[in-house]
Amino acid sequence: MRFVKFASSPVLSQPMPAWRTRFVLFALLAGFLALVGRSLYLQVFQNDFLRQKGESRYERTIDITATRGRIVDRHGEVLAMSTPVKSVWAIPDDAKLSPHDARQLAQLLELDVRELNAKLASDHDFVFIKRQLPPDVAEKVAALHLPGIHEQVEYRRFYPGGDAVAHMLGFTGVDDNGQEGVELAFNDELAGKPGSRRVIKDRRGEIVEDVESIRKPQDGKDIVLALDNKIQYLAYSNLKQAIAESRAKAGSVVVLDAKSGEVLALMNWPTYNPNNRTRLVGGQLRNRAFTDTFEPGSTMKPFTAALALESGHYRFDTQVQTAPGRFSIGPATIHDAHVNGLLTVAQVIQKSSNVGISKIALSLPSQDLWKMYSSLGFGSPLKLGFPGEVGGRLRPAKSWMPIEQATMSYGHGISVTLIQLARAYLAFARDGDLLPLSLERIDVPPLTGKPIYSAQTAHEVRAMLEMVVQPGGTAPKAQIPGYRVAGKTGTAHKVEGGVYADRYVASFVGFAPASDPRLVVAVMIDEPSGKSYYGGDVAAPVFARVMEDSLRTLGVPTDAPLKPVIVADAPLVREEM
Amino acid sequence: MARANLILLVVAVICALSTVSSNHQARKLFTELEREQNRMRQLEVEWGQLQLEQSTWAAHARVAKIARERLGMKAPAPGQIVAVEGGK
Repeated sequence: MRFVKFASSPVLSQPMPAWRTRFVLFALLAGFLALVGRSLYLQVFQNDFLRQKGESRYERTIDITATRGRIVDRHGEVLAMSTPVKSVWAIPDDAKLSPHDARQLAQLLELDVRELNAKLASDHDFVFIKRQLPPDVAEKVAALHLPGIHEQVEYRRFYPGGDAVAHMLGFTGVDDNGQEGVELAFNDELAGKPGSRRVIKDRRGEIVEDVESIRKPQDGKDIVLALDNKIQYLAYSNLKQAIAESRAKAGSVVVLDAKSGEVLALMNWPTYNPNNRTRLVGGQLRNRAFTDTFEPGSTMKPFTAALALESGHYRFDTQVQTAPGRFSIGPATIHDAHVNGLLTVAQVIQKSSNVGISKIALSLPSQDLWKMYSSLGFGSPLKLGFPGEVGGRLRPAKSWMPIEQATMSYGHGISVTLIQLARAYLAFARDGDLLPLSLERIDVPPLTGKPIYSAQTAHEVRAMLEMVVQPGGTAPKAQIPGYRVAGKTGTAHKVEGGVYADRYVASFVGFAPASDPRLVVAVMIDEPSGKSYYGGDVAAPVFARVMEDSLRTLGVPTDAPLKPVIVADAPLVREEM
Repeated sequence: MARANLILLVVAVICALSTVSSNHQARKLFTELEREQNRMRQLEVEWGQLQLEQSTWAAHARVAKIARERLGMKAPAPGQIVAVEGGK
């Protein structure tokens, strides 16, 4: 090959028409301009669209789930907790299963094959086949590798306490939102806020880069309840046993901390298992201590007695004539089954005399009585956030007839919930002041609450209530070895269709140790139909058992000699109704 | 002049290659971080399930039943208890 220098190339010396040079020049320029135009079009005008297309090929937005907070008792024991479970869903168009596969899947999911096929025949794009599976089943389903069948993580709420804590906690729906009890009352705090973030994924689907965090997920807060799981269990087992023994329809127990107003236990019977809510009936769901009002009967008497002491017209030992056991107000007559004659105010409470307390009530201004009932919290809901919480019935004083003023003093013509009644007794268990109740644990309890009575009145009523459980009172069965107990029985006819029926509500509200009360326990037994229906027979023993074991659990020092309680020797005093 | 260009070219190539490699390194580390975070979440779930299990085993009803039936325990009668004053 022979090399020729460019300048001496023979081609250059050949004459060319000038247009050819210009044509080539223009052609090159046009080509260049076309390129510039195209790149301008792609880089500037189409930029956003193309970038979006590109990103959609490697960027993904991932939802990050947030877990719902736990509910724990005051010692940190888990009462409710969410844990991930798998739900199986399908795209019916993709899920073309062979009969063998369908049978296998149905068997794993414990479904009927026909039901499964019906679901897969649906014309929706998305069907849930079964939600909230245990992890081991979900793994087996995934191992089948069936086309069109997918799994998705969901959260399920578990309640290790089962039926013992059911009413207190309530439960959540399938979408993890509170529907009852604490789950509903504290839903805003418990619920987490799901977040999402944008990432870049590689070919194998692994995340290689964080682009941005769109929203940080916020896990729900844990709720620390005031509830003491041990005391709750004591309330559960004792109430269950008492209901069986007295063949009652229903019942409730409430345990309050007298020092702080915390709700340590709340038990209703009948109850349900929140982990398995198939075959639930309405009666099981009712949180009776909050939602059911009843006429409390004699448990109301101490309030009137306390107001009488406050008025200055009565002292602990002021005598009231209760003979001849009848007291007529207009056309109505109030009865005592036992004729007691002259009784002191303390004995009126001890023997639970209707005539005695009615006379005292009528000597007090109705407005003062109403004001006291109202400030004790009767007639208005406690507003703890529970669904269906009611306030009971307390009519304004102006509309009271004298007979009503009398009957209300022994708990008729007024209706309350058990939790209201228990809270009102805080005034006697403390120095006459009333604390707001708390479902959550309180680390620094308030020193004093709203004053209702003077400290002296509270101490005197406490002494009267101690006489109730001693021989000669209506509830010797409420005694506890080692502790001084104070309390009051209640036995009331139930109102059915506006008239008093021969069905009863037996109750007992009390506190211990009487020298420095630590706990208030209220017991209500609805329609006991065993040997006895008196509060002193049916409700007082439940009170004693719950109180005794709770005080021991809390390590409260004893304030009485540790000797066995003898109940049999004392003649049981039947309370008036 | 030509030598300086050559050196700059070599430097540029080295820089480019190290960018590639450190980017690759970063992605590898990120995947690892991601994997560990997943593991953390899984362990948290497992911890939760263990807590639930513990609550179930330690349920008061179960403990009381075992204490009573299998171990033959019972609450002492009032006469069997001696209260001891706390020494200071």
